[in-house]
Amino acid sequence: MTQFTPREAAVNRRQAMLAVTAAGLSASGPLAASGGRRLTVAAFPLVDEIVRAALPSWRRLHPAVDVQVVSRQYADHHTAMTTALSTSVHLPDVMALEASYVGRFSQGWGLEDLSQAPYNVGRIADRFVPYAFDQTRNRRGARVAVPTDIGPGTLLYRTDLLARAGLSEADLTPSWEAYVAAGVKIKAATGAYLIGNAQSVKDIVIRSGLRPGEGLYFDKDSKVLVEAPRFRRAFELAREVRRRKLDAKVNAWSNEWAEGFRRGTLATDLTGAWMVGQMATWVAPGTKGLWRVAQLPENTFVGYGGSFYAIPRRAQPEQKALAWQLIELLTLDPALQLAAFKAQDAFPALLQTHQDPFFDEPVAFLGDQPARRLWREAARRITATQVHKQTNFADEVIGTELDNVLDHGKDIATALADARRLLERRAHR
Amino acid sequence: MSRRSLAALRLSPRWAPYVFISPFLLLFAVFGVFPLLFSLHLAFQSWEPTSGLDAMEFVGLENFAFALQDEWFWKSLKNTLWLAVVSGAPQHLVAIPLAVFIHTSFKRLRDGVVGAYFLPYITSTVAIAIMFSSLFSKDFGLVNAALQAVLGMEHVDWLGRAENIKPAIAFIVFWRYLGFNVVLYLAALQTIPRDLYEAATMDGAGRWQQFWHITLPNLKPMIFFGVTLSVIGGLQLFEEPFILTGGRGGADQSGMTSAVYLYRMAFDFNDFGGASAMSWLLFVVVAVLTWLTNRAFRQKGA
Repeated sequence: MTQFTPREAAVNRRQAMLAVTAAGLSASGPLAASGGRRLTVAAFPLVDEIVRAALPSWRRLHPAVDVQVVSRQYADHHTAMTTALSTSVHLPDVMALEASYVGRFSQGWGLEDLSQAPYNVGRIADRFVPYAFDQTRNRRGARVAVPTDIGPGTLLYRTDLLARAGLSEADLTPSWEAYVAAGVKIKAATGAYLIGNAQSVKDIVIRSGLRPGEGLYFDKDSKVLVEAPRFRRAFELAREVRRRKLDAKVNAWSNEWAEGFRRGTLATDLTGAWMVGQMATWVAPGTKGLWRVAQLPENTFVGYGGSFYAIPRRAQPEQKALAWQLIELLTLDPALQLAAFKAQDAFPALLQTHQDPFFDEPVAFLGDQPARRLWREAARRITATQVHKQTNFADEVIGTELDNVLDHGKDIATALADARRLLERRAHR
Repeated sequence: MSRRSLAALRLSPRWAPYVFISPFLLLFAVFGVFPLLFSLHLAFQSWEPTSGLDAMEFVGLENFAFALQDEWFWKSLKNTLWLAVVSGAPQHLVAIPLAVFIHTSFKRLRDGVVGAYFLPYITSTVAIAIMFSSLFSKDFGLVNAALQAVLGMEHVDWLGRAENIKPAIAFIVFWRYLGFNVVLYLAALQTIPRDLYEAATMDGAGRWQQFWHITLPNLKPMIFFGVTLSVIGGLQLFEEPFILTGGRGGADQSGMTSAVYLYRMAFDFNDFGGASAMSWLLFVVVAVLTWLTNRAFRQKGA
């Protein structure tokens, strides 16, 4: 129901993608014919590939304006953008940003407010998946970015393991309690773990039942919310998962984690739709046909990452109009958005593309399940949460307190009270 | 080029020293002095970095007050001290006897043996971290496989459980810097005059007495140097824990040293002012401990 961008997963997702397509860093095309103008786009894999693929269309519209794509690895890119914004030096004309960084950068004044003239992004608001567009709004009401791709959350499960335990999809999805109970049966029948880490269950349950615009860890006035019932329930469920030995205690993207998928010791995963592409290409291509996807238990809808384009406020003023035209092309052209979906698993934020027949096509890795329909449905039901300045820190504190509960049997009420105390000290910094 | 134009290029003796020394001074000013002053300035500001340099706001000592009351700052400082002691002390306790052993027992193979011990020191940290994270891997790692085969132990989650992370990091740091200290002590051993040992042998002193009464006292200046380096290096420990814990400090932040924490304060938690204040507090701790080391050695040596 909310925007969910676990930083680690997002980082590693991009790193993983980098590993898959370590393709041409320097393929940004020859410098423009002299005299022409040039736009600079700073991006990370695979958004850089998507921008490059759009360049022929751009040249048809603006033959005199060359586009230079500067690519860096995921973490390097965002560090470089932080530095560029803080010093106003080497600012690109267009900046690609991953979802969690949109929330973070929107705290400051570094990004152009696109709700103002000449951009008036409000007039194209209804063309995007609502939560993705909502996420571009900061506390002051400015619109700091335009969404290009999204990561609807999904439940991946192994049909063969479920069948051996005498279960079906309907046993997994009605509620989180049902999901855990199914895990017990799977473990008993097959020895496989329900999930990689109990933390992932907590990550989703604390995000369930949020009203649009409600904060995850802090409310609008920076009041700390971590003792709310959703946190207590999330911690209890995670503890139950650990107590019943249903999690493999591995971290996402580790060797053990990937081996777990390959060897069939992990029966389900709670993740973004893009994970299917990762599984099919390198994580566990040998398990093709054994997996299916479903909506997350209890009809929970969360987003896992996504990409956006923004214009730095201090970019060269005479370039901004052109930069905006490039962003419009990249985000509003259905053909380009679909091409990016097909080539790079970048689920389109542009609603118009969602009617394309491609969404009804079977996905081979999922045993020909028409999974994209499911994700399309999920995308519309996700809601955005307001990012607080201390969200990253709060993620860390809550994760740590849950570790204390899982590993050392710390009392849940004490753990959440300790977390609240730590967060209260930071809330107004 | 004519002789005349060459003469025009000639530096006057008055300026030559300054010109020759300027590359270092320029680089030092840009990469040494400026960042220091900038971080000192930042320590008194509240700053949202993405808003630009002009978004800084003077907050006086607030960042220092925050840092001193921050539980995680103290936690990271405790981690750092623990790691500095547990990884630092064995380095010297092993390096000194090892250096003496190599010095007395190896003749032709000496350089090869020293090289083998020194190799970890010059190996890239990233390569080390990759190697050790697979060695320490819970299900597929060699360490657990060996422990299981020899001692019949259950698999230990070395890098996943809070209580195991620090020992794992300390072991790697020990392994990495042992060779460096061996080289230091070998160099010092070569400066001890042989006559001292000959005279001691004639007086009937055994090897142990020679080690205790000749070698150790003569090594004292080098021990002071080595320990000082270990104290400073240990308190600034960053790379090994950073990479082994994926840049996050590990479960319950038990591998989060002060240096890792202040990096995270700035780049993960967006608090550059707080991070700068902490880095200056860390500087004070390093200075005090170095001074204490100095005093400890001076008193004993005097």
